[in-house]
Amino acid sequence: MDNGDGKVRIGFYVCHCGTNIAGTVDVASVAKYAAGLPGVAVSRDYKYMCSDPGQDLIGEDIREHGLNRIVVAACSPCLHEATFRTATARAGLNPFFCHLVNIREHASWVHSDRAAATAKVYDLIRAACGRVRHHKALERKRVNVRPEVLVVGGGIAGIQAALTVAESGKKVYLVEREPTIGGHMAMFDKTFPTLDCAACILTPKMSQVKAHPNITLWTYSEVAAVEGFVGNFKVKVRRKPRYVNEEACVGCMECVDACIYKEPKFEDEFNQRLGKRKPVYMSFPQATPKVVQIDPETCLHFKTGKCKQPCIASCSRNAFDFNQEERFEDIDVGAIIVATGFKPFDPARSPKYGYGHFPNVYTSLEVERLVNSAGPTGGEVVMRDGRKPKSVGIVHCVGSRNLQTNRWCSKVCCMYSLKLAHLIKEHTHAEVYNFYIDMRTPGKGYEEFYNQLLEEGVHFIRGKVAEVTDWAMTPEEEGKLVMRVEDTLAGFVRRIPVDMVVLAVGLEPQADAQGVRRMFNISCSSEGFFLERHPKLAPVDTATDGVYLAGACQGPKDIPDSVAQAGAAAAQAMALIDKGYIEMEPNAAFIDSEECSGCKSCIPLCPYTAISFDEVTVKATINEALCKGCGTCVAACPSGSIKQNLFEDVEIFSEIEEVLANA
Amino acid sequence: MPEKPKVAFYWCASCGGCEESVVDLAEDILMVVENVEIVFWPVAMDFKKKDVEAMPDGSIAACFLNGAIRTEEQEEMAHLLRRKSKVLIAYGACAHLGGIPALANQFSRERVMEWAYDKCPTVTNAKGTRPQVEFKDGARTATLPAFRNVVRALDQVVDVDYYIPGCAPTPKLLKDAVVALLSGKLPPKGTTLAPDIALCDECPRKSSKPTDVGFAEFRRPHMAEIDPNLCMLAQGFVCMGPATRGGCGALCLNGNMPCTGCFGPTSRVRDQGAKILSSICSSIAPKDEAGIDGVLEGIPDPVGTFYRYGLARCLLRRRVDIKDGAEVAAK
Repeated sequence: MDNGDGKVRIGFYVCHCGTNIAGTVDVASVAKYAAGLPGVAVSRDYKYMCSDPGQDLIGEDIREHGLNRIVVAACSPCLHEATFRTATARAGLNPFFCHLVNIREHASWVHSDRAAATAKVYDLIRAACGRVRHHKALERKRVNVRPEVLVVGGGIAGIQAALTVAESGKKVYLVEREPTIGGHMAMFDKTFPTLDCAACILTPKMSQVKAHPNITLWTYSEVAAVEGFVGNFKVKVRRKPRYVNEEACVGCMECVDACIYKEPKFEDEFNQRLGKRKPVYMSFPQATPKVVQIDPETCLHFKTGKCKQPCIASCSRNAFDFNQEERFEDIDVGAIIVATGFKPFDPARSPKYGYGHFPNVYTSLEVERLVNSAGPTGGEVVMRDGRKPKSVGIVHCVGSRNLQTNRWCSKVCCMYSLKLAHLIKEHTHAEVYNFYIDMRTPGKGYEEFYNQLLEEGVHFIRGKVAEVTDWAMTPEEEGKLVMRVEDTLAGFVRRIPVDMVVLAVGLEPQADAQGVRRMFNISCSSEGFFLERHPKLAPVDTATDGVYLAGACQGPKDIPDSVAQAGAAAAQAMALIDKGYIEMEPNAAFIDSEECSGCKSCIPLCPYTAISFDEVTVKATINEALCKGCGTCVAACPSGSIKQNLFEDVEIFSEIEEVLANA
Repeated sequence: MPEKPKVAFYWCASCGGCEESVVDLAEDILMVVENVEIVFWPVAMDFKKKDVEAMPDGSIAACFLNGAIRTEEQEEMAHLLRRKSKVLIAYGACAHLGGIPALANQFSRERVMEWAYDKCPTVTNAKGTRPQVEFKDGARTATLPAFRNVVRALDQVVDVDYYIPGCAPTPKLLKDAVVALLSGKLPPKGTTLAPDIALCDECPRKSSKPTDVGFAEFRRPHMAEIDPNLCMLAQGFVCMGPATRGGCGALCLNGNMPCTGCFGPTSRVRDQGAKILSSICSSIAPKDEAGIDGVLEGIPDPVGTFYRYGLARCLLRRRVDIKDGAEVAAK
């Protein structure tokens, strides 16, 4: 659109933004200055350019003055670039002939000297008018979106996300690393603050997942590779051998009874190694899928090849398959929800609490199993030495809010410590001491639960426990674990002897979070949890389109928050899929294949794996749908053969030359 | 018989290699001599400046000018030959990009003089004599051309029509240019008369380059035995090939040496050194600062490596000495 004469006719608009800009920048003189710049046909200042009359101004001028370039000096492109491009397009001009100059965040808000700020705006708009003349008409391309969703992780967040998506009629693949779904929640006895039985509310959802016609559930499986891009991901899933045919096994457990090991002999991971299991086992009675599996590390057959295999004989369904091997499934999905959860802090990293040294120091997760009637002790709180505790100390903030370990508050520990205090007291009638730094109980019914605990006679001592020791200084301390703490409310140092210590360990990113991050092309924040696109306005999106976050993999969360976030992630995925296509911003990089020498320099640099090497043409090619327009390859291409729409050399250099013209 | 087109050859700040490359045409030089009339070629034939001044403006069909521009005299000759020639061709890396002489742009004029006439270990100059533009000895006056602050490529001084790259250009490029001139089939003004694709395209080792080079160390060619078949970058030798225009037939690679970049960048690149720097430095394997420094120690002379021929064309033009906020020894 050049009016046939090839001349650039720029319409220039400077926005007052009320007083946001006009308060610091002399907008009238900016408009006057712009009118004198080469190619500027119309120059105006207006109170609110983003208002309807402001936008209409652009359209009217395009029609009346035959404008073919638009420069708007206003706020950040993040806010209103789309607004003014759309206004430009409405008047029949290609929207990419419109360029926004940020004179609010870059000038008026950061300066106080009116003359200097105005002079800076002169430079910025000169640069914009210099670059916009080189703009080209660009088109947004559409790419179809596949309707399937992959959910990674089968904890409560993954379960909720999978069920929500599946209920909408979309196909879901749910991949879980462990033999069963359920995650950490399946290990809990009760949930705070209502004290509902965790299994009672979780296991129906687990069964629903298994039974849902739209959900393909792959447990004991891991995502091995992810390729592709939003709407069209190609995912490879590794399915580890469990040596039992999942379709045949009904979980009758006959084989477990029949196993050559008459007694459970091996440490049970699900029960936090507090109990024993056999080489053929099921994690817990409501495990989903309800299928046994064989641990080749402990199974006599795998270790010696000399087992009579009574398990096979006991199975009426011929479910055993000792020749099973690792296999891979390839799936295509349109969206991915990452719900890989968290890892509890390892208290061995804080040796002052004696974990691993004193047998009667427990982690909170271990105590969850002890109080659980399906746990290793059948719900009896019995210590490793066989005694029932008469006094219990619960240490808050273990690993959390500490410069030596993790700086963040793990958010859930205060509440679960209250819950455990209640449960221990209920089970044992022991004296229970909570050692806390600050009591953090925001949430519906949470503060009320704290008050309830105060009334139940649980002791609260405000102070950070300095040490757990067995060095008795008085006869009462003999045979006890002594908790040394400065009681900051009472104002003196106390020694409190207890039988059992519970460490309220914090939440950390999974050990393999960095690898997972790379695989899904997402980022981590500084503490290692996956990074959302925006902390407030895009909390379940990631920087990679089509990849969403749910649950504690994004940061410490309790069950209600995880479930809410899982629902949000599911909604985002469904919004993407239901639309059926995505529009790509045209600021992608492109290679002129005539010019590319095939040196491959660009290929490993692309953070979105959008560049590949074509073995036939021996040149690099960019997948436009994958390209995010970051410009890394453009800068690095040693022969200048990769260009980027809206950031071509001529556009950038003319911008630089103009911004420096008065320097 | 119509008059033969007139051709001139001239040299400025250069080593003479470009002149050699004309002779390297071998028997093809006969074709050139047969078809053109050489009116000016100081290195081979006896002409004076006044002979050129006497020629009508635009009477030379094509002038091949090699060498960079450092002195006042070279500037004058460039302007003179521009005026007399229909087509002015920057011939060879120095006229094209500044070449080796432009490496002096790392130092101020004063530092260059100081080194050449004082600090250089092989110089004895107790009186501290420096060359003067004018020297009077009684009635006699001796003059020397002024030595400019900076070394420039030819087109930074006069308008240039075409470029023939190389240190020195290959006979094939010269022959192709002469044939194009004689046939009148010339590309648009400003074209570099060589393929506009990087050297890797024609490199015999291209297929051996791994996708991710991931430099763990850099070596210089004298430090190790060079595998004659494997990509130089894959062996940790800095090769300018990815950032350098092809058309030489990968001469250095065929001689088992890495490309040093004499053909300059492609038409799409302003600053060859900056381009190869951003490319190579993006592929350094270690990601921590100490590790990166360790790898980069393998390139002790980055300017001489990445800007061996292109420093006059660098976006950062030259070194100036600043004293009390002002440039020392301004132009």
